[in-house]
Amino acid sequence: MTQTAPLFGLVLAGGASTRMQRDKAALAYHGRTQLEWTYELLAPLCTATFVSVRPDQRDEPIRAKFPQIVDKTPGIGPLAGIAAALTEHPKAAWLVIACDLPFITERTLRHLIEARDPSYIATAYRSSHDGLPEPLCAIWEPAARTEVEKHLQADKKCPRKLLINVGCKLLDLPEPEALDNVNTPDESLAAAARLGRPTASSTFDRPSRESVSIRVQYFAVLREQAGRREEVLDTRARSPMELYEELQRRHGFALRPAQIKVAINTEFSDWNAELKHGDTVVFIPPVAGG
Amino acid sequence: MFAFSHTPLEPETYRAQLADPAAGGFVAFEGWVRNHNEGRTVTRLEYEAFEELAIKEGERIVKEAIERFGVIKASCVHRLGSLAIGEIAVWVGVSSRHRAEAFAACRYIIDEVKHRVPIWKKEHYVNGDSGWVQCEHCAHGAHRHP
Repeated sequence: MTQTAPLFGLVLAGGASTRMQRDKAALAYHGRTQLEWTYELLAPLCTATFVSVRPDQRDEPIRAKFPQIVDKTPGIGPLAGIAAALTEHPKAAWLVIACDLPFITERTLRHLIEARDPSYIATAYRSSHDGLPEPLCAIWEPAARTEVEKHLQADKKCPRKLLINVGCKLLDLPEPEALDNVNTPDESLAAAARLGRPTASSTFDRPSRESVSIRVQYFAVLREQAGRREEVLDTRARSPMELYEELQRRHGFALRPAQIKVAINTEFSDWNAELKHGDTVVFIPPVAGG
Repeated sequence: MFAFSHTPLEPETYRAQLADPAAGGFVAFEGWVRNHNEGRTVTRLEYEAFEELAIKEGERIVKEAIERFGVIKASCVHRLGSLAIGEIAVWVGVSSRHRAEAFAACRYIIDEVKHRVPIWKKEHYVNGDSGWVQCEHCAHGAHRHP
């Protein structure tokens, strides 16, 4: 009979977030950083929970407050994070979760834990998109360590291919969309909308100076001067006033704020309203209906 | 009711929707595309709108008019896209028990629509120039027409 190893939690937060162009762990869909939210989801389900980081990320404010497992071979990607965890606590199994899964739920995690089969190197969900294993919401058993090390030595960096090659216990997702991940600013806006964020203003706070993704739509003279109907931009502007000043510099808008009205998410708004991640902003030039 | 149309307006249709047995009268206003503005010869107009917000604000104006003047029904339909001289740009209709409040409500709706609803008008001139127009209400701003 297989001795079941204790379950430790690992939040993967060492990615480069290249496509997002900003730190995915710092995005906030649930009222706090995605890293905090994922950690808090995982911690009650595991004996101990850690955050996987690259050596250069150790002291970053959003990561420094958590117990960390530091990648030994940065630049490899998530498999290096998993390898570091399996090496540091070789008797533990690891419930590994990426921090860019805003739709994941406790139910999905509990189902994975209940259906865990330690006779495989891993228990994972079958992707609802392509049927292949999802390595970044999976339980990696202690026995996975030698396989992971072999793959890394052979310069094979893909954890998904590893699970396909070696074989793992595969489960169907109880909630098919739970593992939809978010890699680009557009996907991030869509995710915020799906989670009901753009209208739920009071539930969303962000640390000061944290940048947010904002969609700006242009009409009439501003559309012509900007040369586009809309754009999505990352900005540290906190209000429509600060955003307009930024856009004036970028597009050379001639209109002064006193001539313009502001709308956020299709409702008139104040120039000093707080901008939130996922908001859509329209600057309304002087109107002339009739 | 406030709506946009990308095709020529149909006043007979909108008028029929305002009919009511209690109504003693009906007032309509039509805004037409004219061939001149501020001394320049206009060849055609283009309207665009921020439709999601414009419909909300237009609906609010119509509702305000009904409540404020106690009329029976009111509606406003605004055209979008490219319009030729003589076409109807906007239609406002009000049905009510008596004529005074019908005139007042109709006037209120067209005035408020011009000032509050995010609709923009670009004039094309006979020399090939074009320019965005702003309403009289905002014209004291420093915005210059090209």
